[in-house]
Amino acid sequence: MTTEKQTPVFEYAPAPESRAVVDIAPSYGLFIDGEFTEAADGKVFKTVSPSTEEVLSEVAEAGEADVDRAVRAARKAFEKWSALPGSERAKYLFRIARIIQERSRELAVLETLDNGKPIKETRDADLPLVAAHFFYYAGWADKLEHAGFGAHPRPLGVAGQVIPWNFPLLMLAWKIAPALATGNTVVLKPAETTPLSALFFADICRQAGLPRGVVNIVTGDGRAGAALVAHPDVDKVAFTGSTAVGKEIARTVAGTRKKLTLELGGKGANIVFDDAPIDQAVEGIVSGIFFNQGQVCCAGSRLLVQESVHDELLDALKRRLSTLRLGDPLDKNTDIGAINSAEQLARITALADQGEAEGAERWSPACELPQHGYWFAPTLFTNVTQAHTIARDEIFGPVLSVLTFRTPDEAVAKANNTPYGLSAGIWTEKGSRILAVANRLRAGVVWSNTFNKFDPTSPFGGYKESGFGREGGRHGLEAYLDV
Amino acid sequence: MSDARLSVFKTYKLYVGGKFPRSESGRVYEVTDTKGTWLANAPLSSRKDARDAVVAARKAFGGWSGATAYNRGQILYRVAEMLEGRRGQFVREVADAEGLSKSKAAEQVDATIDRWVWYAGWTDKIAQVTGGGNPVAGPFFNLSSPEPTGVVAVLAPQESSFLGLVSVVAPVIATGNTAVVVASERSPLPALSLAEVLATSDLPGGVVNILSGRTAEIAAPLAAHQDVNAIDLAGADEELAKELEIAAADNLKRVLRPQPVDDWTATPGIERMTAFLETKTVWHPTGSLGASGSSY
Repeated sequence: MTTEKQTPVFEYAPAPESRAVVDIAPSYGLFIDGEFTEAADGKVFKTVSPSTEEVLSEVAEAGEADVDRAVRAARKAFEKWSALPGSERAKYLFRIARIIQERSRELAVLETLDNGKPIKETRDADLPLVAAHFFYYAGWADKLEHAGFGAHPRPLGVAGQVIPWNFPLLMLAWKIAPALATGNTVVLKPAETTPLSALFFADICRQAGLPRGVVNIVTGDGRAGAALVAHPDVDKVAFTGSTAVGKEIARTVAGTRKKLTLELGGKGANIVFDDAPIDQAVEGIVSGIFFNQGQVCCAGSRLLVQESVHDELLDALKRRLSTLRLGDPLDKNTDIGAINSAEQLARITALADQGEAEGAERWSPACELPQHGYWFAPTLFTNVTQAHTIARDEIFGPVLSVLTFRTPDEAVAKANNTPYGLSAGIWTEKGSRILAVANRLRAGVVWSNTFNKFDPTSPFGGYKESGFGREGGRHGLEAYLDV
Repeated sequence: MSDARLSVFKTYKLYVGGKFPRSESGRVYEVTDTKGTWLANAPLSSRKDARDAVVAARKAFGGWSGATAYNRGQILYRVAEMLEGRRGQFVREVADAEGLSKSKAAEQVDATIDRWVWYAGWTDKIAQVTGGGNPVAGPFFNLSSPEPTGVVAVLAPQESSFLGLVSVVAPVIATGNTAVVVASERSPLPALSLAEVLATSDLPGGVVNILSGRTAEIAAPLAAHQDVNAIDLAGADEELAKELEIAAADNLKRVLRPQPVDDWTATPGIERMTAFLETKTVWHPTGSLGASGSSY
């Protein structure tokens, strides 16, 4: 088969989602003790739209004093919040879930503006999952004694939570919903490049009538996160982000009483056997690595293909990639949005260049990148070996490394040959092979004949250097209980 | 008899990969009872011994974690059987090690035997307690199952040389982990003798490896070891525990911090098992059958 350039059968007219649904203020303060306040030293930073580089708003930059103020507010609120009957805490969370549903279009547009991801994803994935997560944990708040963590499981106290920029509001939900359901109060630091949806969430807390100080949002950079993690009055630290920062946090909390959960990087293997349904596998590979521009910790960034179907699969995959539409994230037809920041774009670019320099074969579909903003074309590398940097390091971008294998044993060995252990995919029609391979993969989430599926009832988290602790499901309660 | 027979002393050795080597360093240290009377020379393990033990534990992990839970339960029960038969020996050793009367020591040994029985029964139940199906909102069968973390370094409690030791080792291996155990520094002999029981209980070599010596000296390379997945700091004091936890962060080991235990005879919870379990969640498409016979 040849791989001549494919042109889309149809030209698409622009179909932009309206921005009018969201009203972004020119500036935002920190949300501490139920009120928006400036940083103690008056510092601010700008947040931009990654697809246009337009400044969206100016946000207060928290320093150590502000973090301390937020932790004290959370501590003060803890006594009453943890003493509330679970059924009352539940109703606050149900309110929040409902308000998120009501405001989901506004939040989806906001998230797309601040993050750069396609509206199709914020509308159909992020926001429904955010609401579902609050709804799910709301129901646990008055049933904790039945969760299998003892007859009277107690909250830990003040939770310090630091979240990344790839799913800003969803990661907030994963952190705040179980923390509040179990009776903890929180100080959450959103990522520097995506602070807005957390600040809108603060407004939702206000609308829900949530008591002051139960949720505090401190925007800022890594220094604010470090101050929060190190604060002596924090009882629980939850972090989602890079493995390097995760290790630093683990060192910081060593020797303290702080309970720690970490959800870190990954280099997920997506394994395609020769009997796999090729068309479905192609769709799974595409969602595995190009969902959210590949800026997903559980991305299927290593494609392991059985040699006998390599050419057929790659041809089909390239044809499919040629139909992906990259551009305005607010356009409802857009498949690939913008990279979140100039910094991340530089990292992806450098790693892809290194892949080429080390001898892997680079391919991208014909793809015009917009003039402004941060963009990276969907890219795949063939002839990749396990020694290549692009097969080992997390790229966190729309870059797929293709490796091959001959036997199931080799596939498992290659899939596990990484310090990470977050996700994996298996594509085969043979049921017993699915189960046998899934058993041997050292990864916290395995998708068989599907990929990148999430649900609030489904525990998520890693093995090895992908971190520890689980988010979601009954398991997710443990991170916030004194057990 | 008029003349007391001269008894035969035992040479206490390490237990690594199912074998009983001396420390590669050739070093020993004096072990005394609580009154200071010499009991034996125990191997003073080195960093190299610790690394060898990790290699043995890693080698044993595939087989042990892949054994059926029923099989692991039978083997743990077999340990209890073997211990019961050597009860008298352990009563003497525990009495000497901890300065207990014969009857108090016997209570410790009995509780220890019963602890093996308790964990033997857990091997094929913990997955049902901690795992299960998740009702996701979509056409998927979604199942979470606990899996062993891997190679676990276990610093046995310093005070309770036998019951404490088994109380931290049994939960680690019950679920399919393999262990590198650092025995109580002052009272290592019951631990080293336990190795003889393990070796005759069908427990595959390398599943439990036992080292004696200076806890701080052996623990440091274990905490920093890149092929150790988790560490139980029960036998570390506050200062050492912090140091080891920092070293353990290098490859994000699961760390169980030392917790005060007033009474090792109390029935344990499941926390010592769940501390060294990972949760794997697998998604399978379901839904209605199409013409092709599947629905994805």
